[in-house]
Amino acid sequence: MNQNLTALIPELALLGAAVIGLLTGSWLPRRRQWIVAALAATACTAGLTATAVTMATGREQTVFSAAFAVDTATGIGRLTVLTALLLVIGMSVETVRNHPRETEYWVLLLMSGAGTLAMTGANDLLMLFAGYLLASVPAYALAAFAKDARGTEAALKYYLLGALLGTTMLAGTALLYGAGHATGYGGLNRALPGAGYGLVAVSLVGVLAGLFFKIGAVPAHFWVPDVSDGALAPVAAYVTTLPKIGGLIAAYRLLHQALAGTDVNWPLLLAVVAAATMTLGNLAAFFQTSVKRLLAYSTISQVGYLLMAPAVATRSELAQQSLLFYLAAYTVTNLGAFAVVTELPRARSLADYRGLARSRPGLAAVLVVCLLGLVGTPPTGVFLGKLEVFSASVDGGHTWLAALAVANTVASLFYYLRWLGPLFVTADAAPAAAHAVLGRSAAVTAYVAAALSLALGLAGQAVLTLADDPLLP
Amino acid sequence: MLSVVTFLPLLVCAVLLLLPRTLPDRAYLWIWTGTAAAELALVVAVWAGFEAGAGMRYEERVRWIPGAGVGYHVGVDGLSLPLVALTCLLFLAVAIFSLRERRRVRAYVCLFLFLQTVCVGLFVALDLILFFVYFDLSIVGMFFVIAGWGHGERARAAALKFFLYTFTGSLALLLGFIGLYLAADPHTFDIVDLTRSNPLAGRGTYAGLVLLAIGAGLAVKTPTVPFHTWLPPAHTDAPATGSAILAGVLLKMGTYGFVRIAMPLLPGSWRHYALVIVVVGAVSVVYGALVALAQTDFKRMIAYTSVNHMGYVVLAVGAAGTLAGTDAQARSLAVTGAVTQMVSHGLITGALFLLTGVLYDRGRTYAMDAYSGLAAHTPRFAAVTAVAAFAALGIPGFSGFIAEFQIFTGSLASQTIATAVALTGIVITAALFLTALRRVFLGTPRLPGAMPAGGVADLRGTEAWPTVILLAVALVIGVAPRWLLDVIEPAGRTLTGLVAR
Repeated sequence: MNQNLTALIPELALLGAAVIGLLTGSWLPRRRQWIVAALAATACTAGLTATAVTMATGREQTVFSAAFAVDTATGIGRLTVLTALLLVIGMSVETVRNHPRETEYWVLLLMSGAGTLAMTGANDLLMLFAGYLLASVPAYALAAFAKDARGTEAALKYYLLGALLGTTMLAGTALLYGAGHATGYGGLNRALPGAGYGLVAVSLVGVLAGLFFKIGAVPAHFWVPDVSDGALAPVAAYVTTLPKIGGLIAAYRLLHQALAGTDVNWPLLLAVVAAATMTLGNLAAFFQTSVKRLLAYSTISQVGYLLMAPAVATRSELAQQSLLFYLAAYTVTNLGAFAVVTELPRARSLADYRGLARSRPGLAAVLVVCLLGLVGTPPTGVFLGKLEVFSASVDGGHTWLAALAVANTVASLFYYLRWLGPLFVTADAAPAAAHAVLGRSAAVTAYVAAALSLALGLAGQAVLTLADDPLLP
Repeated sequence: MLSVVTFLPLLVCAVLLLLPRTLPDRAYLWIWTGTAAAELALVVAVWAGFEAGAGMRYEERVRWIPGAGVGYHVGVDGLSLPLVALTCLLFLAVAIFSLRERRRVRAYVCLFLFLQTVCVGLFVALDLILFFVYFDLSIVGMFFVIAGWGHGERARAAALKFFLYTFTGSLALLLGFIGLYLAADPHTFDIVDLTRSNPLAGRGTYAGLVLLAIGAGLAVKTPTVPFHTWLPPAHTDAPATGSAILAGVLLKMGTYGFVRIAMPLLPGSWRHYALVIVVVGAVSVVYGALVALAQTDFKRMIAYTSVNHMGYVVLAVGAAGTLAGTDAQARSLAVTGAVTQMVSHGLITGALFLLTGVLYDRGRTYAMDAYSGLAAHTPRFAAVTAVAAFAALGIPGFSGFIAEFQIFTGSLASQTIATAVALTGIVITAALFLTALRRVFLGTPRLPGAMPAGGVADLRGTEAWPTVILLAVALVIGVAPRWLLDVIEPAGRTLTGLVAR
């Protein structure tokens, strides 16, 4: 059995930093707790370096009885998660500075990030569930971090739904184990074609229920707008972005590696969920007036587009690279938009953004790049991601889904423009107080995220090349 | 060379944004005019070194995102070079016209520089995704022009409508491109490679659907009936310079897409559905002219004549796809006419829209009933407008006549009825332009509202030069068209050859 711990440096770095951070934080005076943030950022950087070395030297492998795969999908997933964590840390600095529980914030962030990484590489149902718990539980606490009424309510809703669907996922896992007599994907892949159709179908739906909750897909999406609106802005950025990376890669790996041979028609199931998610997210976003709720529904619709890739996991060679690329592009673009929201804490509604282009041209430019990026306007990364996902979908025989996604993209334009339009209003701009900024760190994060989004669009080849290698068994 | 022509305005735009904000407005405007003049000079150099009939020239091909089948591939041939030249000339005219602009000049100049890069880039692009990138960015740029410098709150609504409509079209286009990409083996978005391999030959319904997606996308941008409803508000509420670019250049992106992408890449389906295209073209011609006739708003009227004029182009490219009962020379003539019409329409309508800007500047309204006998106060303005109107209705001696003559001659043999129907469009346009001229410029002198009848200013230098230059080029093409036709004709012949495969 391969027990090579060096293959897990990114995960261990985050967990280690979390433990050390918790211990150090207990002894640090309140105004020195930024040290824990620095520790967290260092852990992320170390993880990024380790991942880069792994990918550059081709040390792909499966470890611990193939329960965890360190392959292309894990590599890109790690790069995306760790970059996203760095961005979230960057935009959180001012929000939690000198907070009584600052250390706890960073520790929860690290733990949840480690859970996401575990889901990304999970090649075994039990590993997947462990990752699910590790990613979810700290996130519930983060949602309630502000300790106010809205945050608490949001966290409660988040937790209850998470607990319910987590249990469903565990039940699905147990059933799938019963059907395939294995929890490893390799074993399942061999055994499932011979198992009963109904059993496999039910258990798969159970496991997917948990993943759908994580990524905020219909019908497990109810928590997304409430948590986004109730939690602190950086936390909202976190919960709408990072779990998607873990959940979608995990779903892709599960479907591609374990269920390739069954005659359960999961491609159709995924396609229908994708269609429902993108349409519902878009329709619900139409008349939102709170920017955080608008972004929340926008992320639901984006999950719909993202799910188009797992739906054709085994039918199109483009599926994997399109999913990984879209995820990376979506992550930086969405975080860019949230960084602007964080930077402007007083601007809560769309109307508060009137005249931002004049008072804060830099932030307005970030919003233009990120929101048009989310629409899928070239030359941003999400455009290339959408191009790839649509291509994969048509290639995999889901042309109707691609057409629906195009129609949805057009519809989504409406609400993104409802936000963009006020930026350029010159008459009766919002009062200057609405455009009060938080600090330099969140602003820099916004600029970096927007730049990354553009860079992914212009030089996406690098990521696409990396994302092309097949998964390890 | 082509990359320089494409990205020079964007580079200047970036430099302007980096310069301190203390720069006076005039400096921005003069830098812009200088850049536009330099662009035109570059295009003249390209034209001088162009060898007609040798296919693609000045090709540049760089790997960009090979993983997605996307490359940076540019080049010009007889179909695109005239349009690149038109773009640069029109942007120079708009730059000169804007020298008196005082509203948020920095952003205005940067936006137009950005738009110029996008427009030139589209016409030289030889990769579908590169084409699409520019196609989409042109919508983004024009959205901000209309919303930012148009006429008030209505302009924002018009801009939104414009964006939603044309963006929908562009996404249909994208689906079509993906269809082409997946059909090609190996998968590629390169137009030249796709033209060579003709991946959808004999693919029946699939090819038809791809053509439907691409055709719908281009039809929205062109615009043809029934996808034209975004055009009148966008034109009416945009600033004069925005309308000139929108009508002069952006509408050509649709028709150019037909000759660059739809026809050579989907020849079988194009031939199969040629009749549909011809009918759409003929309906656009007559419908556009009739609706224009009914307008009381001068600018809206010109906007509808664009539907009419673009209808001629669609008619011609449709007729070029009809093989039965027609010889190759007639089809080639129709294509040449179509490209000439794109250039001609850009010049003349560009000038007309700039002139409507002058009208609005003096009277703050476009309503034709508000004016009367304007020729008595502003003889130069009246003369230039009259010349532009006559050029637009296709009087011999101007480029419009050459273009329409070729279109009708080329289309008549194969599509007799449709061409005959479309011919009536000329009569209607003549009627509407003459009526408009009479209402606004002749009769008892009267101006809207409380404006002093004696104080109205005639055409100023910055308004006269750009319009006169555009009309002068239209006149040169009308009198001595060979230099233009020599460039277009070989490419037209190649295209008809490709369609006949």
